[in-house]
Formats: sequence, structure tokens, C-alpha cells
Amino acid sequence: MSLDAKTVTRIARLARIGLRPEEVETLGQDMGSIIDWVEQLKEVDVTGVDPMIGTGLAKPRLREDRVTDGDCRDKVLANAPEREGPFFTVPKVVE
Amino acid sequence: MSGIHDFTLASARDALKARKISAVELTNAHIDAIDRLDGQLNSFITRTPDQAREAAKASDAALAKGEGGSLCGIPLGIKDLFCTNGVRTTAASKILGNFVPPYESTVTANLLKDGAVFLGKLNLDEFAMGSANLTSAFGPVENPWKRKDSDAKLVPGGSSGGSAAAVAAGLVLGATGTDTGGSIRQPAAFTGIAGIKPTYGRCSRFGTIAFASSLDQAGPMARNLQDCAILLESMAGFDPRDSTSVDTPVPNYEAALKRGVKGLRVGIPKEYHVDGMPAEIEAFWQQGMTWLRDAGAEIVEVSLPHTKYGLPTYYIAALAEASSNLARYDGVRFGERVSAPSLDGLYEASRAAGFGEEVKRRILIGTHVLSSGYYDAYYLRAQKVRTLIQQDFLKAFENVDVLLTPTAPSGAFAQDEKPTDPVQMYLNDVFTVPASMAGVPALSVPAGLDARGVPLGLQLIGRFFDEETLIAAGHAIEQAAAFHHRPTIHAGVSA
Repeated sequence: MSLDAKTVTRIARLARIGLRPEEVETLGQDMGSIIDWVEQLKEVDVTGVDPMIGTGLAKPRLREDRVTDGDCRDKVLANAPEREGPFFTVPKVVE
Repeated sequence: MSGIHDFTLASARDALKARKISAVELTNAHIDAIDRLDGQLNSFITRTPDQAREAAKASDAALAKGEGGSLCGIPLGIKDLFCTNGVRTTAASKILGNFVPPYESTVTANLLKDGAVFLGKLNLDEFAMGSANLTSAFGPVENPWKRKDSDAKLVPGGSSGGSAAAVAAGLVLGATGTDTGGSIRQPAAFTGIAGIKPTYGRCSRFGTIAFASSLDQAGPMARNLQDCAILLESMAGFDPRDSTSVDTPVPNYEAALKRGVKGLRVGIPKEYHVDGMPAEIEAFWQQGMTWLRDAGAEIVEVSLPHTKYGLPTYYIAALAEASSNLARYDGVRFGERVSAPSLDGLYEASRAAGFGEEVKRRILIGTHVLSSGYYDAYYLRAQKVRTLIQQDFLKAFENVDVLLTPTAPSGAFAQDEKPTDPVQMYLNDVFTVPASMAGVPALSVPAGLDARGVPLGLQLIGRFFDEETLIAAGHAIEQAAAFHHRPTIHAGVSA
């Protein structure tokens, strides 16, 4: 079943992806068919089954609490699409 | 004497050490092949010939002193998902079209430390999302193979399609790939080469652009398993900068080739006889069983009851993780920016312009399954089913040492035969996804041609950190299959 325009628009808003009206319709159809297809997981009895978080092979580890990287401001800023001195710039967010 | 384009990685390594050929000659021959053939194949996004020549010179200097690591002077290609210090890294996306990483991924740093020569960055599906290399912002990759009765352009598989095509066509001696649900194994099968997806945690993910972090795993792609073994030994290892990296020693994978399969128990998962599987693929699989039985292995039927839920579980888990991982591309700190009067407007416009259609679709589905009201029904349930899928494998491995399956349900299809329904496209990965979900290692080895003359691969799946048994069993198939076919487009074929 196709997802309606309102739902697609709400999801796109959550994902911060701007959509053109014609995209809303095609994506609604595609997403609907994928969602219908994954519905088959409802058949599986998952009573008492824990969700898999990882493979459990890597053990949590502790390290000394000290700086291991840094002092590379210009490298961090090197790919900024727009900047002013040592700052990334964005449109004004507070009036 | 055979030509320079007949070398495998292993034979080139031996010839370099014996000083029968110089690293500069070897590198120049590969750069020349790229110049001749890659206008058509489009397997490279960024070429680095000058850096490669410099590295080759340094390799020759080291080799002359009897020094140099295991890959000294070996020309490789790097999937453009691995960050390379000072060399543009795009993930085949417009949004990273001009991104130049100020650091090196651990996997590529390991290869450089062992003396490898990088020829450039290889094409892929955008953010590794695809099974046909048709979603790259830098254009599709063409498979160097042709059907015997047609000139149609075939897909190389995906997402590591550039890596697969470059290796198959002889443009590089080996390449890095990454595999989230089959992105090393399926393109390897489609192009008649070998590829290994190691155990999750074997190769560091540090500096590899993330798609689905709980599944992404780097691995080698090369013309045979000996070459893959040499590469894997260099790429693998513990890395404190990846919290999922596992601290366990890296064995000598090349030595495992000689182990043989006498007494090995090979499981055949009965659920992999899927509906609608072509008779040709079924017969090819049977042939693989016969080869292993003749080499001394015992063939045992096993059951992986949750197989049919592998793909839908994968698409929930992987897309949820992708929607979260790709949130960082917002047009602020790096990547393409489309200006807008408000910050939200800037995000929405930058992401609308920067991401391709398949990536948007996947981010939106991932956002949907994680959103309030749907999280339990989709994401949490999928993570529980994932536990059941993993238990299927662990149970099977109590009784058998490896599993044998086809790598993909078909050979390479034509670029214009791409299914329009996304779900149909996802079915390419039906045999590769379950091992990814479980985190166990798997490989694909080329073992024959289909009726139309394009290659087919067999998949072996093994226990956690038992890549050696996989390599041993894979090598037994290589020896029996004696796959020496070459694609139509190959560096060693003069025009």
C-alpha cells in the first residue's frame, strides 16, 4: 500500500530532506511497497528473544582519560563549505 | 614468458622480490591500462598516477635494499569509501563531491605501511547503497564481461562495482571493498573474481564512510584467494579507534590455502533452494558440492530456518542505521551546501540536492522505522529476528565447519534490465545478507560461466574468525573449477 503524501512529507521533514511534489508521490509508492514487504516479519514468534545489539565479539574496553588527538583546527575546518575565521557559518538561528 | 598483465598479486610480489620486474614498470603498465580502458569501464572516480609513480619509486628503492613489506610495489585500487589523506573521497555522492579527508583510514594505512601503491579511488554505488553500481553520482560502472551473444553493457554488481571491474579487467592487482549485505561477494561473483567479507570486527571501520555500522566490514577483492589472503593479512588487525574491532591475532592466511578439505564437514542450507531459482544455478551449486566431496569433504544438509526473513530484517536494520549515519551530511561542516534563509531550509536544500534517489529512499525508510510509534513494530522486532538468524548459524556450526551456497541467484544482468521495483533489486542479495546479519565471515570464489558466458560465484560461510577454513575450502573449489576465463575487456587484450 502506498504511503500517503502527508506521511511521506512528515518523514521527509524528520529526515531534513526537501522533496518536490512529484517525488512525494513516487517515494510514497516505493516506500509503501518496501514497508508491505517487511511486514512479513510479523509472522515470526519473537517472544522472549533479546534484540541483537552486536555480535558480542568485541569487549568493552577502558582507556586512560587523556587527549589522544586534536590540535588540528585548520584540518577540521578545511572542508567547510562556508567559514569565517575559525568558525563554521550558518544562517542566523536566534533573533 | 607471459606478459605483465598476466601477473596475479602473488606472482607479481614474487617477481618484484626477485627483481625480475621493477615496481615502476608494474605501476606504469597498470596506469597505461587504466588510460586505455577506464574511459569505457568508469571504474575509477579519482586517479592518482603521479602519487602512484612516486610510491613505486620508493618501493624499488626499498626492494633494492632487500626491504619492503608484504605488498611492496603492488598496484591496488581503493574503494572510494575509505578516507585517504589528501585524496578526494566521495562515497560516489554529490554531497561529498569535493571532500578531501585530512586523515587516513586504518585499512588503507595498513596497506600503505606494507608498501602498496594506490592507483586511485574506485567507483561504487552511492554510499555503498546498491547491488548494480547504477546509483553512483559519477555514473555507472560497466562490467568488463560480455554475454557471448550480445554487446549489451552488463552491471558489475554492487556496491563494490568499481573494485570488481578494475580487478577483473586487470587495471589493478587487487582492491579494497566493503560489504554490508553482500557488497564484496556479489560483485566478485558478477565479475569472475574472488572476494572475502571477513568476520565483523576483523578489519577496522575507522575512516571508512559508514552506511550501516553494525554490518559494514572491509575486505579484499582480487583475482584469486591467494591474492585475497595476502591482502586480508595486511588489512586486518585490532584498532583501538574502532570500538567494535576485536583484539585477536591475525593469522597467516596465505598458509591456510594448503590445508585441504579432507574430513571437513560442509553444510548445505536447505532453505537456500529458494523458489524460482534458475535450474542453472541449482546445477552449479551441485557441481560445487561434488568438487568438495571429491576433494575429501563430507556434504551435510543443514537448516537455517529464518533464512527467508534475512532480507526484510536487513532492510530495516541497515536503513535505520543509514538514516542515523547519514544525518551528518547537513551542509555545515563539510560537503556540498545549498544556501537557504533558515538553518532547517539549508539542511533540507543541501540534502535534497546532494543525495541521489536511492539514498533518499533509504534514509526516509530508515527514518520511518525509527520514528515514534513505529520503532517497536519495525526496528525492535527486526533486531529480535536478527538474533534468531544469528542463532541459526551458530547452531549449524555445531555440526558443520563451513556452509556452501551460490553467491547470487543469477549472473550479471544488463544495465537496462534493472528491475523497476526496489524489492526485486534487493533480491540480488538473498544469499549474502544472512551471513552479514550474523556477523560471520564469508567469501565468493569464481567457479564457472553461465549459459550466456558470464561468470558465477560460489559462496562459503564460516565460523567467527575462521577465515582460514573458508580460504582452504575456497581454494579446493578454485583448484577443481580451474576458472581461467578472462573478460572481453582486459588489459592483456590488445585492441
